[in-house]
Amino acid sequence: MPRTTRLPSSLLRVAALTGVAALTLTACGSGSGSSSTSAGSGKVKVGLITKTDTNPFFVKMKEGAEKAAKDNGAQLSTAAGKFDGDNAGQVTAIENMVASGVKGILITPSDSKAIVPAIAKARAKGVLVIALDTPTEPQSAVDALFATDNLDAGKRIGQYSKAAMKGKTAKIATLDLAPGVSVGVQRHNGFLQGFGIGAKDKSIVCSQDTGGDQAKGQTAMENCLQKDPDINLVYTINEPAALGAYTALKAKGREKDVLIVSVDGGCTGTRAVKDGKIAATSQQYPLKMAAQGVEAVVTYAKNGKKASGYTDTGINLITDKAQAKVASKDTSFGLKSCWG
Amino acid sequence: MTATTTPPDTSAPYAGLKAPTTGRRLLTAPTTGPLVALLLACAFFSSSNDQFLTGGNFSLIVQQVMVVGTLAIGQTLIILTAGIDLSCGAVMAFGSIVIAKMAAEGSLPPLLAIALGIAVCGGFGLLNGLLVQKIPLPPFIVTLGMLNVAFALTHIYSEEQTISSLPGPLTALGQTFPLGNTDITYGSLLTIALFLFLAYALSSTSWGRHVYARGNSQEAARLNGIRTSRLTIGIYTVAGLLYGIAALLLISRTGVGDPQAGQTDNLDSITAVVLGGTSLFGGRGSVLGTFIGVLIVGVFRNGLQLMGVASTYQTLITGVLVILAVTVDQISRKKTR
Repeated sequence: MPRTTRLPSSLLRVAALTGVAALTLTACGSGSGSSSTSAGSGKVKVGLITKTDTNPFFVKMKEGAEKAAKDNGAQLSTAAGKFDGDNAGQVTAIENMVASGVKGILITPSDSKAIVPAIAKARAKGVLVIALDTPTEPQSAVDALFATDNLDAGKRIGQYSKAAMKGKTAKIATLDLAPGVSVGVQRHNGFLQGFGIGAKDKSIVCSQDTGGDQAKGQTAMENCLQKDPDINLVYTINEPAALGAYTALKAKGREKDVLIVSVDGGCTGTRAVKDGKIAATSQQYPLKMAAQGVEAVVTYAKNGKKASGYTDTGINLITDKAQAKVASKDTSFGLKSCWG
Repeated sequence: MTATTTPPDTSAPYAGLKAPTTGRRLLTAPTTGPLVALLLACAFFSSSNDQFLTGGNFSLIVQQVMVVGTLAIGQTLIILTAGIDLSCGAVMAFGSIVIAKMAAEGSLPPLLAIALGIAVCGGFGLLNGLLVQKIPLPPFIVTLGMLNVAFALTHIYSEEQTISSLPGPLTALGQTFPLGNTDITYGSLLTIALFLFLAYALSSTSWGRHVYARGNSQEAARLNGIRTSRLTIGIYTVAGLLYGIAALLLISRTGVGDPQAGQTDNLDSITAVVLGGTSLFGGRGSVLGTFIGVLIVGVFRNGLQLMGVASTYQTLITGVLVILAVTVDQISRKKTR
């Protein structure tokens, strides 16, 4: 190794660069530090933070919010986590939106518990925070919640399944979301309640997590059929998982005699109900959630009135094979009001 | 990697006999480009938005990048040896669950839980280093495997539960102190201190010089009497310990132990390293560059958010910048030949 004595110059470089970087930051940081002013256009600023910005459900939610913002003369900014469960990304988005002077933030929490401290900070600065679609834990961590009652959504397809099975001995597969995610747990439990069985009932022969993903739904169904080829009722967390299950059943020639029920009511899913691939689905309304959220923020900006509590944005059971005593709408209604 | 020998690097402290002037050095330093990019981004966002230029906002950006920044220090060390670490985010997530769970369930005093979490991450680093150096295996494969191992352990150990209501010491680094009219978090200071410390170690100690030598050519370094095996295992271990510190910073920032955390942080840290002018071929780059790289990502994310631009565009711009940075690196290598 050549002996070098370059310490001074290398130190100089470190020092110089650090100095420039520090100067950059201080030069940039010489402002006032307050961010309560609603600068710019004088429009009410509303922030929408979704779990991801690729899932059609959230894309639709964004559209609903954009339209409502336009109608109410508000200015919408949006952000999202990088993946479902990306809490850090949502925290960063909240901070940036508060810094940009929003009046209110609408958020679909990726992690109901982990997001709570960041929401508390935003509310302490006088920002109205409304949860959409997914409640926070505790629910009181936000000012208000606009969401589907997922337990009810599950119950309705459970009741439908009970009626449609007409007393046949059920062998049930449940294709769930992921452990500990409230949306999945509520739909699953609602389905069981609606069907009138307990969590450990022996008619449930297989339960698998799919993350709501079509490919994983297919894999899960294939495995369940390996476990028990006589499965005749499949509960799915959402329509992508349901379509994955359908593909697996079709490969075994079982698609005609197995009942698949689901929750969501996206347009692809509703078309699958029309095509007879899925028997019934509980349709929810993300556009409505977003629109009501934007309106609540605008109201708050106008007269200081904060929205509070839980607003159920409602569901409809969509099926073309209606059962007696189970309220439902047909797919032509479903396709008119579907999202995605 | 390519079999071509890399040219002597005029910007590195152990360079050839002709000493360029400090001015020339600054111009050819791999950190200059990223710094110019950062300043341009700052200028652009300042002119387009009046909330960007506030102390509070800059403190916010540093807070937002401290976790990935600390991971990126470790990533820089490993990339300097022509390696790569895909497991950093997953190892950090596991460390954060260890710290949170141990402290929250009261099996350990908070400070011991923190020490254990950092040590566990160091253990992962040590294991990576041993596999890379002793068998030897390609770092990409080893850390890809370790990513899955750490990810699974995180979910098994946490039982998929987010751990909240943590004792005070765990979130102490998230506390702020006033500086002028701005609130700075202690965590930001720690991150900056780590960057400066590692920058000094790399540029001004024999260990640092050995790291660069090892990155340029392991064989040449070994023939020159550097214990490359010990050095490499040490680097991976130090990186692991840094991931443990990142785990603590993560907890202090979010106030919870979250098993879902850090899933994209491995690629984000590599992005910061590349944006900072460190070469993926090893032996060329600096942690100060990485600091600038991580700030570039943070400034774009924050600035675009303030302008009300959707986050997808931030991802798009980051992608373009990464490709630009690698291009600049290649062109400047040709120039120094």
